[in-house]
Amino acid sequence: MAKKLFKGNEALGEAAVLGGCRFFFGYPITPQTELSEYLSWRLYDVGGTFIQSESEVSAINMVYGAAGAGARALTSSSSPGISLKQEGISYIACAELPCVIVNMMRSGPGLGGIMPSQADYSQATKGGGHGDYRMLVYGPSTIQEAVDIMYNAFDKAEQYRIPVMILGDGMLGQLMEPVEFPPLKQMPDPSTKEWATTGTHYGKDRRIVNSLYIVASENEAVNIKLQAKYDLLRKNEVMCEEYMCEDADIIITAYGTVARICKSAVKALREKGIKTGLIRPITLFPFPTEVFHKYANSDKTKKFVTIELSAGQYNEDVLLSVMGKKPVEFYCRMGGSVMTVEEIVNKVKEVY
Amino acid sequence: MATYHKSNMLTDTPLSFCPGCTHGIAHKLIAEVLQELGQQGNVIGVAPVGCSVFAYKFFNCDMQEAAHGRAPAVATGIKRVHPDKVVFSYQGDGDLASIGLAEIMHAGLRGENITVVFINNAIYGMTGGQMAPTSLIGQKTTTSPFGRTVERQGNPIRMCEMLASQDGPAYLERVMLTDYANVLKAKRAIKKAFEYQIAGKGFSMVECLSTCPTNWHMTPVQACQHIKDNMTKIYPLGVFKDVGGAK
Repeated sequence: MAKKLFKGNEALGEAAVLGGCRFFFGYPITPQTELSEYLSWRLYDVGGTFIQSESEVSAINMVYGAAGAGARALTSSSSPGISLKQEGISYIACAELPCVIVNMMRSGPGLGGIMPSQADYSQATKGGGHGDYRMLVYGPSTIQEAVDIMYNAFDKAEQYRIPVMILGDGMLGQLMEPVEFPPLKQMPDPSTKEWATTGTHYGKDRRIVNSLYIVASENEAVNIKLQAKYDLLRKNEVMCEEYMCEDADIIITAYGTVARICKSAVKALREKGIKTGLIRPITLFPFPTEVFHKYANSDKTKKFVTIELSAGQYNEDVLLSVMGKKPVEFYCRMGGSVMTVEEIVNKVKEVY
Repeated sequence: MATYHKSNMLTDTPLSFCPGCTHGIAHKLIAEVLQELGQQGNVIGVAPVGCSVFAYKFFNCDMQEAAHGRAPAVATGIKRVHPDKVVFSYQGDGDLASIGLAEIMHAGLRGENITVVFINNAIYGMTGGQMAPTSLIGQKTTTSPFGRTVERQGNPIRMCEMLASQDGPAYLERVMLTDYANVLKAKRAIKKAFEYQIAGKGFSMVECLSTCPTNWHMTPVQACQHIKDNMTKIYPLGVFKDVGGAK
């Protein structure tokens, strides 16, 4: 199939439709608004429904209702809006409903700015709302990768009955790249979901979507069940790119669009004779801990260098995975500023 | 010969409400109406947060339990997926008129084809008797211990009137669950609300003035009298919107 030039936000909208999404509930916020603008007409081509909700809070609760009713429902926003969705995401996680959430991160805290940032890393990967829960979190670095992830995101969400988050940044949402789209996916019949409230049940067959467990032992059992699911994610769903790591003395690590800048830095450093590689997690939860173990335990690896657009949120997971076996250097930009290739090259040369 | 049967739209789970509370009457009316309209096997309900949080245990149909105030948004999501099913939310005054004000207003403005049963007992029951958005001026609660005043706590909110001022809602009525005659009127209102939904006329809401003897510190009889004497002055009964035959 021929490649098409697409803006990141719109490409994600198209990939969602192709992947079976038929319901979108959202609220405008820069820099992801083009996703909802795109779906506000595109969903009607495929018999879907688009609602611009009165708030982010309502949007995520419409997702809760639609997902609980068996549909493939999507919402998208950017950082401040994602904060507002946290209540609903917590309920969705506990009620074990499948859905997909896009966060095109902008800088914070507070209203922050509209430029790219990765400062919602901890919120996305550690839960975000109240209670012990996780999402399956992807951090794509190109529009094509974002499209491929979105195309299968609802399958993953339904397989595990969890919320899936696609964590991009303003850069990924706004830039345009050639992208190849997969074919329209045949959707599974929503009425075949044995847990969905489709309205036809009563008596012992009736279905309840719920997150209330007043009895402590019952609530603990729910928590244990959820944690077992997250262990399965850790076992089965880790995705990570290892780029020129085999012979590397220095391993840079970054995710998302930042990893693209780091790849250029790896090439520039190798031209200068510094053997550098890159570990790029594609899933941020589950984290590719084993990949870090491998290089942390290798005699070849001298140092790691973490690069991110936040103040060390991502680096905390790197440190936990390297387990003190090798030094981990750190460089970041914050508040919507993005590092150049030269800044990364200079940082590596400084610590080499 | 049996002259009375429990509705088949209620489960056998014992209700968890206090003696003299009218939540149980509201549950029974909804269940009877849905049965009379032949809707068993065609209903999805949404439970709120508050005293009626366990509504999902009591109604004999598919149910979703929503976050506090979000029931109209959840019901919107459900109804858009299953437009041929009867979808209702059951909400108290804190849930609907305070934390969920945006959700109920915009569901009404969109004319979502759902039915809302709104229990207004002018107090937060589940958490132990705090001031509600609908608490009356002068009403003593655990968070307005000297009585609600306009100066300190502001004014009570009238939901039927507010929704009726907008385009979108198809049917809005306020009833009270105080005595046999009024319970019958309430049942007629709830039935009409569901009939409107089934006919595809759009958003319908029935506000039920309800008792909370426990937190009002009254006997059930006193509580019913309090509704008639005091609550109806602020919350007059009646039909506030009825699009009738028009869609």
